[in-house]
Amino acid sequence: MVRLITHNLLACHVRGCTTNNFPLAFKDVEIQLREAEFNQDFLRGFLPKLEWRALVDTAKSLNDQSLPDTPPAPEQMDTEFLKALHHVLLEIHVEEGAMVCANCGHVYPISNGIPNMLLQEHEL
Amino acid sequence: MSRPEDQGPAELYYGDAEAQKYTNNSRIQKIQAEMTHRALELLALPPDQPLFLLDIGCGSGLSGEILDELGYIWAGVDIAPSMLQVALEREVEGDLFLQDIGQGFGFRPGSFDGAISISVLQWLLTSPSSHPNDTPPARLTRFFTTLYAVLRNPSRAVFQFYPETDDQITLITTIARKPASVVELSSTIPIHARHAKCSSVSCMDVDNEGLPRGLNGEDPNEEKRNVTFERRRARERLHGKKKKKGGIDKEWILKKKELYRQRGKQDVPNDSKYTGRRRKPVF
Ligand SMILES: C[S@@+](CC[C@H](N)C(=O)[O-])C[C@H]1O[C@@H](n2cnc3c(N)ncnc32)[C@H](O)[C@@H]1O
Ligand SMILES: [Zn+2]
Repeated sequence: MVRLITHNLLACHVRGCTTNNFPLAFKDVEIQLREAEFNQDFLRGFLPKLEWRALVDTAKSLNDQSLPDTPPAPEQMDTEFLKALHHVLLEIHVEEGAMVCANCGHVYPISNGIPNMLLQEHEL
Repeated sequence: MSRPEDQGPAELYYGDAEAQKYTNNSRIQKIQAEMTHRALELLALPPDQPLFLLDIGCGSGLSGEILDELGYIWAGVDIAPSMLQVALEREVEGDLFLQDIGQGFGFRPGSFDGAISISVLQWLLTSPSSHPNDTPPARLTRFFTTLYAVLRNPSRAVFQFYPETDDQITLITTIARKPASVVELSSTIPIHARHAKCSSVSCMDVDNEGLPRGLNGEDPNEEKRNVTFERRRARERLHGKKKKKGGIDKEWILKKKELYRQRGKQDVPNDSKYTGRRRKPVF
């Protein structure tokens, strides 16, 4: 299950690929939506870890437009916002397809919801 | 019986059949569950906080199921597709990655609030056959350097693994400490967190019989805890034996103890009239 929560933490780790290596772009994806337990505290706690721009753009690339371009201030986070965030982070599962590095072009294939992060020897 | 690590690369050793066998073995389930709980105890995470954890070498999700029950959100990485497949079938909640930890992590800095790794690190002590030039020190270095980067600061990683020799422990602990002295990293990892990480490396060794030998320890408390852990495991083992034989087998215990003393094991309890008697469990 590649969900956007982990996608947002994932950069290309090919040796020497250190700039413009995040976020990985989804390609030819198959998506499944699966309900997850809503946990406000987790979402609030996780927010500082997120690269917001990357999250919004990636969600859009998967046809989800529900997130605002800038995150609201903590005291203005209403349930509607948190629900949308919850859905984007935890309920969209990319089952098939690939993630591609914009910098070096490395393709990380996704099969059965599991991304293959293995590198070739020359990429180490 | 030779050790699994000596029988070829993990992704082949843990093929479809072995992945099923491993996961469905109730003794393995019990041991891995216990070690997971122990690792979480040592992680000492702040209570009642929904945290994001990394399970290194997550396999078929035996630990992951416990993380799910406890309400942690987690991601797991493993090199064996068959093990990950079993994890999928068991419907664990964590995000799974097919990844060789010897190649390092690509997660962004500070991604995880903590990490556990149960019965995995010994696999980094041999070169992978697909990359024969990739030596264990190089792999361990990549692993620890990138692991420290992807952990939040401060935080902790707890490892339980099965080293074969003291040299292997030295190799692992030496390399585990090194990234912290790398300039970019030392500025992000405060000394105390660095030490916490090192001392919470929990080393266990299991011989052919499956009886663990506790090793390691910098912090004397940690040492004590590891040893207690080890003793509990040993005792359970004795209980297991006892059940099979339908009675307390003092002679068997004495023989075992003698064997361990011969092998130079440090803390074999003295024999006494209490040997082999039922005792209250301690941790
Ligand atoms: C004894 S199993 C433990 C699995 C799980 N942690 C548990 O407690 O049930 C060892 C696991 O380590 C994984 N492993 C071995 N070498 C690895 C590597 N280089 N990278 C990632 N995983 C590895 C194996 O595929 C296997 O799933
Ligand atoms: Zn790249």
